[in-house]
Amino acid sequence: MVREEAERRGDDTMIDAPQITNPKPEDFFNVHYLRIYYGNLFPYTDIHKWLSYGHDGKHPGCDEYYFGRREFSFTLENDVYLRYKSFKSVSSLEHAIKSCFPYKIDIGAVYSVDPDKRHAYSQTGTNVFTPVERELVFDIDITDYDDVRYCCSGADVCSKCWPLMTVAIKVIHTSLKEDFGFKHILWVFSGRRGVHCWVCDPKARRMTNEQRSAVAEYFRVYKGNENNARKVALMGYSLHPFLARSYVDFLKGFFEGELQANQSIFSTKDKYDKILEMISDEDIQSELREKWEKSANRSSLSEEAISLVRWDQLKNTLQSKKHKAPTLRMCVEEIVFTFAYPRIDLEVSKQMNHLLKAPFCVHPKTGRVCVPIDPNNCDEFDPLAVPTLSQLIEEINSGGSKMDVDDDDDDDDTDTSILGKSIKFFRSSFLEPLLKSCKEEIESLYKTKIGKSKDSFSW
Amino acid sequence: MEVIRSQKRTPSNDTVSNPKIPLYLTAPQMEVRLEEFELFAIDRLRVLKGVSDGLARGRNPKEMDDLVDTLWKEHMRDPDASVMLNKDIISHFVLRLVYCRSDELKKWFLSMETALFRHRFRLQNFEAQRAIVGEFGLPYKAVTGAELEGLKERLGQVVRSLGQISPTVEAVYYKVPFEEVPDLVASRRVLIQKGFAFVAGSQLVSLVVTQFRSHISKALILTNRKWTTTIREREKDRLTPIVEALSTSYLGPDYSQSTEYAEISLKDIDQVAKSSFPLCMRHLFEKVREDHHLKHGGRMQLGLFLKGVGLKLDDALAFWRAEFTKKVGSERFDKEYAYSIRHNYGKEGKRTDYTPYACQKIILSAPGAGDHHGCPYRHFSEDNLRAALGRMGLSSRGMEGVMDQVRNKHYQLACTMTFEAVYGTSCDAGINHPNQYFEESQKILKSKTPPAPV
Repeated sequence: MVREEAERRGDDTMIDAPQITNPKPEDFFNVHYLRIYYGNLFPYTDIHKWLSYGHDGKHPGCDEYYFGRREFSFTLENDVYLRYKSFKSVSSLEHAIKSCFPYKIDIGAVYSVDPDKRHAYSQTGTNVFTPVERELVFDIDITDYDDVRYCCSGADVCSKCWPLMTVAIKVIHTSLKEDFGFKHILWVFSGRRGVHCWVCDPKARRMTNEQRSAVAEYFRVYKGNENNARKVALMGYSLHPFLARSYVDFLKGFFEGELQANQSIFSTKDKYDKILEMISDEDIQSELREKWEKSANRSSLSEEAISLVRWDQLKNTLQSKKHKAPTLRMCVEEIVFTFAYPRIDLEVSKQMNHLLKAPFCVHPKTGRVCVPIDPNNCDEFDPLAVPTLSQLIEEINSGGSKMDVDDDDDDDDTDTSILGKSIKFFRSSFLEPLLKSCKEEIESLYKTKIGKSKDSFSW
Repeated sequence: MEVIRSQKRTPSNDTVSNPKIPLYLTAPQMEVRLEEFELFAIDRLRVLKGVSDGLARGRNPKEMDDLVDTLWKEHMRDPDASVMLNKDIISHFVLRLVYCRSDELKKWFLSMETALFRHRFRLQNFEAQRAIVGEFGLPYKAVTGAELEGLKERLGQVVRSLGQISPTVEAVYYKVPFEEVPDLVASRRVLIQKGFAFVAGSQLVSLVVTQFRSHISKALILTNRKWTTTIREREKDRLTPIVEALSTSYLGPDYSQSTEYAEISLKDIDQVAKSSFPLCMRHLFEKVREDHHLKHGGRMQLGLFLKGVGLKLDDALAFWRAEFTKKVGSERFDKEYAYSIRHNYGKEGKRTDYTPYACQKIILSAPGAGDHHGCPYRHFSEDNLRAALGRMGLSSRGMEGVMDQVRNKHYQLACTMTFEAVYGTSCDAGINHPNQYFEESQKILKSKTPPAPV
């Protein structure tokens, strides 16, 4: 995609020849593109509206200083890192971004005082500089699955392994809604190889570090590294209802279908040895190993078919022998969970002061925009089809769409630009319901406050 | 609380319908003799220290219940119930003064008092427990009737997932916002639906412990404020010396300052790692040499340990740089890693001089994909652990003893046994800190090498 665009580029670049085999990094991402992006395309108003959570100053119950207490951080060219930035209004945010065109923008917590004025307050007494609100966030990165994907490793991602992210979104999203009762959840593509999740309910924003840690641990199933072979240990006589639902609704089907098809996890000795090691009974391991070694050369089936046959054999063997030991009881489920269950980065979720990349930023290594993902349609999301900077700029050059997405016109149906679609989705499915609920909360808190002070006059 | 020299005493306002465990919600309005001020605190400190030891040795909850029962009877009992109660309350509040004065002290006190409360609570019968729940003023109602029926199947699943073969559900469940029971949520011991956790009667302890910890945590901050602004000065001839003496002798050394043995230089480091590092640090060290990289958890655990054994900041930077630049290049090292090494030595940011991790912290850590930190006795599979112990020179007989301890989850005892097998001496104190292992090891090795000829 990028290569095609490079060929049709106008004369504002110095690259004439088509980049067929080796597109250079600066073709994806450079200061020149950033200027255009942050000059014309980045949705400042939407981001500001989101992070103001209804405190737009139009209601007497608003806290007009709320947005100003949010920490942002900028990473500039040459890895210069600026923390504790804060802005009183959308225009100062916009102005700051347009004056340095950061390579990366992170969003931190809302603090007790403006981050950029934190030193002006003494650190004793009641004016301590401390986080007060922060979204509950999750970060899932496909490199944490390197031990179970065979198509790519490291920073690469493809259509064969991306479905791991899709199933992760489904499991976590369902749990956040059904188990925890959260309503305002934003999923964002991280720009290269993962996804971020922002839970924005007021209850979520006010969670303590201990509570965040508890939710992260609730989601944690995979415990391990190369030092232990059995990384998922499901004890007890049945799965917890959350795990059972995830297994039945998402994981089992994904494992037996798409994952097997893409990864053929039983097709070679190296691959199946890894799985056999998860079975805590030596005899069963040898039995299956022997069977498969014998059949290795004789079969004319495809890799995928072999994998499925072996999976069936493994399941049948375990089913008949699972009473041998407690650790075999849910061995089949353990294998499925090891491959398919979400692996979140616990540290990101546990602390309020952890910074996370802002939606609609651009990833420096890929030039792709960090666009929202629709959790209800995440099967259709393709990380390799996400708009890149050069595509967006090409679109502007060809004058094919409305450029100014950063305006207040909510009925704007004429914006059919690539980015416009993402922004529209952000607005309609996330921002609008969120703001409605925030305003209701501000209204009702205000009424309560007024009610209380009225009562205090009645002696 | 008035501290005077008279013998008068009036009943505390904290005793409401005589619950057996006070909640320490308000400071008692009574007069205390100065001698009792110190003595009561010391007795309670003996209990807390016993609790700390028990936790460090990996005692399971039932063992901890028994331990707390024993400790309490030994140090805090009095034939007169109201005297015993007063001692309980007074000693708690005195120790608040002692342990509010720094973050490390606060953290220790909070952990121990919470553990003490948890196990005292577990020892009570159900009625007494419900009374205490009521004391906290928690507005949670029991789930009954149709709502309970609708949840029964999934509640049964939870019960079975926790190891009970039959899905028999308890008679009483409380519907509680999930935020109130973080430890039950984290370990998936409750059903959660639409933001509410369904807590069984037998799990009440989680609910109250969270409340208790939260309350004490806030109280310690207020106490600290009062201490630094008024009390310390006002009491400088009376209480302050007592308070300051009480905290220092009961926590082990934290190895933040290196001692006489500690000065290791870069050229010796490989040799010293082989001869004196405990298994956790040997593993991390070997991995750095092998992979020329370590993830964050490993860098912290090993880096702080090395600081504790006396590796100076410049040598530390040279060590990490020599390894990491083989993989990431020198520019990236300077940008991404040098800062946090300097941070660990207190040279950046808020300039906290971080202390090396004790065993308890390391055991409780959670290494994930690509990590090598943590406690090998806990986090390694049996095969990998045996292989690692073999490389340390343990015979198969020595290994059996160690593996036995591991099976019983006594990770620090396993490490102690390893130490004893490697150096051929006994270690009565028991290992509870990697730097302690290192120092003890160096002591032995240095006493064995003959002095250099003159």
